[in-house]
Amino acid sequence: MLVFFVKRLLMSLVVVLISTIIMYFLVDLSIDPLADLRLSTAPNKAEQIQRRIAQLNLDQPVIERYLSWLKGASGCLYGSCDLGENWKTHQSTTSLLSGAVTTTIQLVGAATLIAIVLGVMVGLISALRQYTGFDYSITFLSFLLYSLPVFWVAVLAKEFLAIDFNDFLGSPDPQIAVPTIVIAALVVGITVSSAIAGKMGTRLRNFAIAAGVVAILIAYLNISGFFKEPDLGIVLIILISVGWAFVITILSTGLRNRKALYSALSVAALGAILWLPLLYFWAWANDAGILGWPLVLAMFVVALVVSAGIGLAWGGPDRTRSARTAALTAIPVSATLFMDRLMQSWDNYLNNQLIKGRPIATLGRQTPNLEGDFWIHTLDTMTHLVLPTATLILISFASYTRYTRASTLEVMNQDYIRTARSKGLTERTVIMRHAFRNALLPLASIVPIDIITLLGGAIITETVFGWFGMGRLFVDSLANNQQDPVMAYIVIVGVLAVIANFVSDLIYAVLDPRIRVAA
Amino acid sequence: MSTPLEPTGGIDTAETIENAIELREVEGLSQGQIVRRRFFRHRGAIIGLVVLALVAILAYTSIGAFGIPGWWKWDYFTPNDVQNSGTPTLSMPVWLGGNGFAIGDHPFGQDEIGRDIFARVMKGTQTSLDVMVVISLLAAVIGMVIGAVAGYFRGGIDQFLMRFTDLFITFPVIVIGAVLGKFAGQAGAFWLAVALGAISWTTLARLVRGEFLTLREREFVDAAKVAGASSTRIIRKHMIPNAMGVIIVNTTLLASQAVLLETALSYLGFGIKSPDVSLGTMISEYQSAFSTRPWLFWWPGLFIILIALSVNFIGDGLRDAFDPRQKRVPSERKMNRAARAGATTEPEQATS
Repeated sequence: MLVFFVKRLLMSLVVVLISTIIMYFLVDLSIDPLADLRLSTAPNKAEQIQRRIAQLNLDQPVIERYLSWLKGASGCLYGSCDLGENWKTHQSTTSLLSGAVTTTIQLVGAATLIAIVLGVMVGLISALRQYTGFDYSITFLSFLLYSLPVFWVAVLAKEFLAIDFNDFLGSPDPQIAVPTIVIAALVVGITVSSAIAGKMGTRLRNFAIAAGVVAILIAYLNISGFFKEPDLGIVLIILISVGWAFVITILSTGLRNRKALYSALSVAALGAILWLPLLYFWAWANDAGILGWPLVLAMFVVALVVSAGIGLAWGGPDRTRSARTAALTAIPVSATLFMDRLMQSWDNYLNNQLIKGRPIATLGRQTPNLEGDFWIHTLDTMTHLVLPTATLILISFASYTRYTRASTLEVMNQDYIRTARSKGLTERTVIMRHAFRNALLPLASIVPIDIITLLGGAIITETVFGWFGMGRLFVDSLANNQQDPVMAYIVIVGVLAVIANFVSDLIYAVLDPRIRVAA
Repeated sequence: MSTPLEPTGGIDTAETIENAIELREVEGLSQGQIVRRRFFRHRGAIIGLVVLALVAILAYTSIGAFGIPGWWKWDYFTPNDVQNSGTPTLSMPVWLGGNGFAIGDHPFGQDEIGRDIFARVMKGTQTSLDVMVVISLLAAVIGMVIGAVAGYFRGGIDQFLMRFTDLFITFPVIVIGAVLGKFAGQAGAFWLAVALGAISWTTLARLVRGEFLTLREREFVDAAKVAGASSTRIIRKHMIPNAMGVIIVNTTLLASQAVLLETALSYLGFGIKSPDVSLGTMISEYQSAFSTRPWLFWWPGLFIILIALSVNFIGDGLRDAFDPRQKRVPSERKMNRAARAGATTEPEQATS
């Protein structure tokens, strides 16, 4: 096994090496560093061309330039990277890259996560309701999303999501109109009732519940002036937390497991109790100057550990399952608390003179020269992330839905599902334990490759939204005839692809004992 | 052939009825006929086929193609007088909320120098369709040959060809496409399509190879070998027809990706260059004018979606048609009818 992986890794590295040779030649063919000079009318044109040729060593054969590039690039293996420079600005490629990589990670991180969760969920439901209206609608929707040109959607998103929504927020009394509420309630009601399915009566009941909840929620937001001054408040926090506690218990152990339900509910209660002390804690942390993402993440980890502890404390024969349910509940509960704190800074952010009441940004990754505390900056990042993230989710959501649907359908026809059913297990156990976990197996080999491809740059999304990430670096450098940055990008993407393939093979071999690769 | 487990009269389980329906539908038909029949029963695929045909007919006849003039009065490059600031003259029938159906002089409007947008969109659609056909044909041929040779001969050739394929898979298609497109795009749409076709065959090659690895162990291949057929003949006459399902389905899916790839590259400036028209370049040229002239932006995007979506649906229909494992679940009404029919004709079935 080990021999196989080592052999494969070495082989892939050779492939990357050869592909850099080919790509170096191709890039050399396609770019023309003298393009601007050829059109110039300067009297010393010939001399300028000579100087440029000398600067870029264009008089040497391309293979020699490749070797000297390779010499610099191979330095990266022992810590003295020389990937060349942008010959116009003389910035070194490594410094260009370091900024671009963090930008790209920030851009694709949230989008990938949300797309996977949503896509898997919808795909699973779609497979369980095969050949129903819900399934057909989801299939049509995913085909439509497949066929959308990203750049087109991005411009539309800018126009309608950003500008129109900003106008809506800027109006003196932003209220969602009654027809919109009715339509939203109907859509959500129909979706939920057809996703849960069942007999006619059950469907009608589910429809009424879902539509009613949505209508009441939006009406409450309208009345409480949420769109002017967003604020969750302790009542909503309690409702949301308890709701999540039930949802997660239903999915992870079922409501019949009382200990698990009680642990989840205690986590929700703990969140509500800690709401006020936490606000003081954040204020104290801000004064002490330790407020930042490290602290927030540390608090999150503490929340997970404490919740798991609560689950264990409830005891019982299967206390690990209670602990798991409690820890899972801690995720949405702490997210809710975090959002609540963020919303309290919303007013400050909105009235900042750089924002001028138009929060959703269409370009760039942050407002330049914005001053404020951690909350203001987090809000700023979020408002910049909304549009590109939504665009990226739209695109990758479709493929995850299709993959999950296909693999779930295949799993549901397996004998072990029939066995599980005939043992008399509940439908929840059959689906969540036996079907869902096995259906996720193929995804384990797709997700790493997908993430890495996205890291290589959501090329188009970055270009449209003006994020200077990896993809944008590649496009700009190629357009400006900069060989070195283009090659650096290509090497990084190639190496990442090798790593992704390797990781996905590894994950698959670990997760699925049926797969054993021959050495 | 007697199977004691055959359910006898009265106990008509859902599964036997389902199988009976399926059996009746495919009785006495050849493989090709079954596939064709299944495809034509796929409503989405048929709608996709019709829409694609309509789009193609509209695009090729309206402004003409290959030197033959079309019936549309404007062309896509001459600036005309800007009428009514270029607003589209197309209006919807009253029942769709418009004020009477009319095509008018410039149904899709004009751009800022008065070029007719309908003609430009049609030209862009032609480009997209041309590029799509060239890319998918080229990729299908290359992928088929490489996959077939690798899967049939195995051993060293297989190793070499698969490592060769890895060279292309290392990078996202759009990256190599951008590098190649930067110089192939200047040579015109055809060469751009050739360049893109030369890099997008990899998935197909892998799938065909996988198919061939299983096919070559089948009896009919052994039989052909024993009969003295040459390798070329076995591949051409015996194996490729059996792998045709995989090839056709994936070529179709590739085609829809090809449309999006070409328009995306053109949008980034690494694809079709003016004076040629691509739907992608139109969108990138006109995106800044969205607030003043939204029609410049709507139509090209709409046509990209129409093409890609209908090709995707055709591909879905083909996949269902070729995949014997995909069983259509008959509707409840059909099942009931079959159960009733089964109850009355039980004695005859038992004897047959």
